[in-house]
Order: sequence, then structure tokens, then C-alpha cells
Amino acid sequence: MSTTAQPPQAQNSRKTTTGTNGSTASKAARLLGDRRLPVVVTATLFLVMYLVGLGRYQNFGFGEPQVFLNLFIDNGYLLVAAVGATFVILSGGIDLSVGSVIGFTTMLTAWLVEKQGLPIVVVIPIALGVGAFGGFLMGYVIHNFEIQPFIVTLAGLFLFRGLCLVISKESIAIDDSSVSSMAQAQAQLGVGFLSIGAIIALVVLAVAFYVLHYTRFGRRVYAIGGNEHSAMLMGLPQGGTKIAVYTVSGFCSALAGLLFTLYIQSGDPLHATGMELDAIAAVVIGGTLLTGGSGYVLGTLFGVLVLGLIKSIIQFEGTLSSWWTKIATGVLLCAFILIQRAMTARKKT
Amino acid sequence: MTTTPRWRALTQHHLFWPVAVLIVLLLINVPFTPGFFSIKMTDGHLYGSLVSIVLFGSPLILVAVGMTLVIATGGIDLSVGAVVAITGALTCSYISDQADQDSLSGVFLAMGIGLVAAVVCGLWNGFLVARMGIQPIIATLIIMVAGRGVAQLITDGQIITINSEPYKLIGGGYWLTLPFSIFVVAAVVAVTVALTRRTALGLLVESVGGNAEASRLVGIRSLRIKIMVYVFCALCAGIAGLMISSNTSAADGNNAGLWIELDAILAVVIGGTSLLGGRFSIGGTVVGALVIQTLTTTIYTIGVPTQTNLVFKAAVVIVVCLLQSPKFRTKVFGGKFGGKFGSGSGAKGGGTSAATPADTAPTTAAAPKMEVS
Repeated sequence: MSTTAQPPQAQNSRKTTTGTNGSTASKAARLLGDRRLPVVVTATLFLVMYLVGLGRYQNFGFGEPQVFLNLFIDNGYLLVAAVGATFVILSGGIDLSVGSVIGFTTMLTAWLVEKQGLPIVVVIPIALGVGAFGGFLMGYVIHNFEIQPFIVTLAGLFLFRGLCLVISKESIAIDDSSVSSMAQAQAQLGVGFLSIGAIIALVVLAVAFYVLHYTRFGRRVYAIGGNEHSAMLMGLPQGGTKIAVYTVSGFCSALAGLLFTLYIQSGDPLHATGMELDAIAAVVIGGTLLTGGSGYVLGTLFGVLVLGLIKSIIQFEGTLSSWWTKIATGVLLCAFILIQRAMTARKKT
Repeated sequence: MTTTPRWRALTQHHLFWPVAVLIVLLLINVPFTPGFFSIKMTDGHLYGSLVSIVLFGSPLILVAVGMTLVIATGGIDLSVGAVVAITGALTCSYISDQADQDSLSGVFLAMGIGLVAAVVCGLWNGFLVARMGIQPIIATLIIMVAGRGVAQLITDGQIITINSEPYKLIGGGYWLTLPFSIFVVAAVVAVTVALTRRTALGLLVESVGGNAEASRLVGIRSLRIKIMVYVFCALCAGIAGLMISSNTSAADGNNAGLWIELDAILAVVIGGTSLLGGRFSIGGTVVGALVIQTLTTTIYTIGVPTQTNLVFKAAVVIVVCLLQSPKFRTKVFGGKFGGKFGSGSGAKGGGTSAATPADTAPTTAAAPKMEVS
């Protein structure tokens, strides 16, 4: 355990590394109870995987800074979706509609731009509005009628996937010049470049970080996820917060859908099938407790990066097939859930 | 409500609403498909819309029956779709490796291997949920994510097609003029009903779902019961996997059983089993699965574009859940709308939702939970 405890900010873990053998057990236990541990584990994992990748594919250009930046370019949409999912999971809920909303947004955008001839500047607010409204509706039903989030968002999953198909069964390619110029726009960083999508994703991450850790709304999200009943007794507006959380998730999913549209430049009714699972996996691997109330949005970033790195390592490996991504994701998910379990078991006593 | 006691007793039966919905759905088809209810005998096989509804609904019924018991213990199993894919992939790849694909022993062995894999998945889920105490949604998410990868690994990313007569029987064959899968489903349902309603097993499952801790204190081995239901659910999914791969004569790691977990949960919910656990109705689930299959068929027959299928399903989920929500009924119907529809949902206090006064007020459906004395 102590080998992973090298975070500059975790003071009590520093002690553990220098601790004597006599009290190692209790210190290890305290370390295990540290909320930051999962994030540190994930960050370490990312680092180790990156170094392994460097070792294996150095000659194939794995060390290029652009390969690292590509992680953000290729997974920007996942990051945005996972940030939205982080809000929901922190509040103790779950949102299964993420993938469908992303798919629907690609479809809606492609349809409005290509078939209806609307300029993309008009389409963007429409798409975001529809996503946020969908999230709001789900949150409204979850809160007001006390139906489990999981089943309501499941209905949302069906609904949005169905609406995709209602718009069109075929995929719609986007040839619009303003969209493609937007997609190709790059920000030079000296050592490489980032796409617009990656930059937006990082901005979303920064905003989410600020909102969750420095605003009243963020505190309410944590409070409700920690113990909804106490939060209510404390007089927190739990209903409004819950609805807001699902609205945020809907908005993020729609934004992720727009980024995905830019990334792939088409709308397809089957885009992003099952991406809610990737998003949830990223959040969990990032160390957010699925029971809610504990976790960091920065952990989600590492979760997404780890998932992205698995994909790029598999690409570099060449011989491995893409289904290994799923297996690796599942194994990681399992490992991190067990870590979480060990932590929460510790907290109870 | 000026109704006779008998009518009230009928409407309050837990199967009343699911069956009513099913009948309405079936009747909707009549004007669009003349002779919807007629069943013809061709080549010694029975054909007709009703037969095909049951035939195509068979895998869903199986998965949903397994899911019912899991949900009755207060859990959920998201991994069934992946288990369907794994079982199909293993069985088909084993059969396709054989020189003589029609050899009976080979087919049985292949099916055995597939089902063992399913049971292992179930044991794993049960272990995580019962032994490690991980939330069921999350514990089963692992196989849901990784399982499809494993299935593709088994099939090497290909769609394995097979050509085995004996294996074809399970999902696409006929026996005694009826599709063979109907007999499989009937057998599984009969065994399940017998085990849960003729023995104390069903009671134990319900008591674990009602309150796992209390039932443990009473002396029920709740861990064992929980593991058992996940294994049973995976086994049902495995049989469904055999059926699906047999019907298509192919194993598709990516698409076999895709979203069947969602349909199965939906079927369970329509059947009146509360997602909070504590009570279940196998009959309701079977009707629920038939409702979903009929809905799909109806959408085809009345000429609505098939792609709206999912929108309809979403509407059904929302309506069913709203009707099951005591709070919704209180708000919309002023608490007058009784009936046992959605029996027991919301009855469990101290769930995730805070017990507001409105929650405990006129929940006519919320009969007292089974007290474990």
C-alpha cells in the first residue's frame, strides 16, 4: 500500500511511509480510509501505464507529446459526459441515459445542419437546450414521484435512442463547411496541438471543479450524496439540487454529443451506444464512491485518461483487438470497486 | 366507487393490470391484422401471430423470470445481456469446432459448457453482491462491461455461424406442432413457480428482499439465498443465450442479447414486482414479457415505423412507473386510485428517498411488509 502513497498533498500518508512496523496496521487502515487514496491510485496507475507504454513503444513514437495530447482530443467527449455523470453519482444517483443523449445530439445536430440548413451557431444552443431539458424532466420525475433514478433514466435511454431513430434510420454525414472548419481548428501548444473539443472538455472540467468544490451548489451535491435524509433535515433544498444535478448531466451529455459530432462529423442513430457505461466506469475508476458523497472531479479526469490510454496502448500494440478494451475496462472497474468497498467498510467501524 | 366486491377483488388482483394491458394490446392488432387470433396448421406446425409472439418472446421471458427473483431480493442484474452473449459464443464456437456438428453428444457437451460459464458469471455476481456487499447495479455492471469483450474474445471477433440440426431445435425448432422454445420456457417457469411457491424458498427470497439483515438475524442464510438467485438468473440468461444463438444459428458477441437486461427489468416492473424487493410475481413477469413482445409486434403490424419501438417502450416504462409510484397516485388521483397495481412499491421506508409525510399517507397498495416474527 505504502508504495502508492506519494501524493504531495496527503500528509498522513507521508507518515505511513516512515512509520514503524508496530503500528503499520492501523496506519495502513487510516490510509485506506483517506478519501484521496482512490484518486492517487488512479493517477499512479495512469503514470505506470504510461511508463510501460513508453518502455514498449518508444521506437514507435509513443513518447511524442502529441500522443499524450491525443488522449484529450480522442476522449474529450467522454470527459465531458463523465463530468456530468460525476455530478449525478456524487449526489447518490445514476444516469443511464448518457449514451443515448449523446447519440441523439449527434443525430439532431446533423439533421438540423444538413437537412434543415440551419447554421451551426443556431443548432448548438438548441442541442444543449434539448439535452438539459431532458435531464431536467428526468430529475423532475425522480424527485417528485420518488421513482428510482435508475429506472427513470432507463426510460430516458429508450426515449432518446428511439428519438434518434425517429429522426432517421440512416446515418447523416455532415459536410457543412463551418462545422468542418470548427472540427479542424487547432490550438498550437508548442509541443503539439489540441482540438477545440479537447479545449472545451478541459474548460468543462475546470468549471465543474469550481462548482463542486467552491460553490454552495457543490456542497449540496456532496451533502445529498452523503446522506440525503440528514441533508433534508439540515434544510438543504434537496429537490432542487437533485433536479439540477440531472439537468447538469443532461447538459453535459448534450455537450459531449456536440463534441462527438465534431470529432466524427456525422450523426448516426447508433453513435455512443453504451457510452453511459464508459462514463460510469471513468467516474468509478476516478475514485468517486458509487454510493455518493465522496469523490473528486479530477479523479474523473484520470479515469477518462486511463480508459483512453488503454485504447491507445491497444492501438500501438496492433496485435491486440479492440475487445480487450472492454475486458480491461471491466477488470479495472472491478478492482476499483473492491478498493471502494475496502474503504467504505473501514469507515463504518 | 360503486363496484361490486367481486369486481373490486378482480381489479385488485396483482395480475389484473398487466393482463388488461396485454389484452388491450392484443385487441389493438385486430383491426390492422385480420385474423390476428387465428392459428393455422401448416406442415404440421402451428403458425399464427400468437404463436410467434410467444416464440420471439421466449428468451425475454426466461431472462425476466430469472431477473424477477434477483429483483425480489432487492437486487438487479445488468449482466444478463452479456451472459447471453457469452453462453451463445462458447456453445457455438464449441459446436463449430466439431467435425460432425449434428452429433448429439457434442451438442449437449457444448450446451453444458455454455451453461457452466453462465453459472460461473452468476456465482461471480452473487459473490460480489452477497459476500463483498457491493451494490447490485455496480457489481453486475462489471460483467456487463467486460462480458461482451469476453464473448468477442471467444468468437475471435467474428460472428460464428453453425449448422447443427439438433442445436437448431432449441430456438428455432418445432415439437408437437409448437415451437420447442415454448416448452423450454414452460418447463423453466413451472420449475421456478414450483420451487418458489410450493416450497419455502419464495418466502425466504421475499424476506431477504424485505429486510436482509432482519432475515439473517432470524436465521435465514440470506447470503446463500442471494448468491442462489444470481446464479439462477445467470442460468436463465444462459438458456436464453442458447435459444437466441440457436434461432439465428450464429453467435454474435456484440449484439446477442443487446439491451435484453433493460427489457427484462421492464417486464418485471410491468408484472407488478416492486424494484425495491420484498415480493415478486412470476406470473406477472411472464405477462409483462408478453406485453413487451406484443408491443413490439403491434408496432410492426399497425404500420408505425419500427424505429419508434423504443419511444413506445420508453412511454410504457414511464407510465408504468408513474402508476406504481404512490406519490404520483396521491398527487394525480388524490389517493382514490387503489388497486394492487405496483404492489408494495414505496412501502419500504428508509430507502434512498426520505420518508416525507405524503409518502406514508394513502398508499393503499402498500400492504404491510411481511413481518418476520
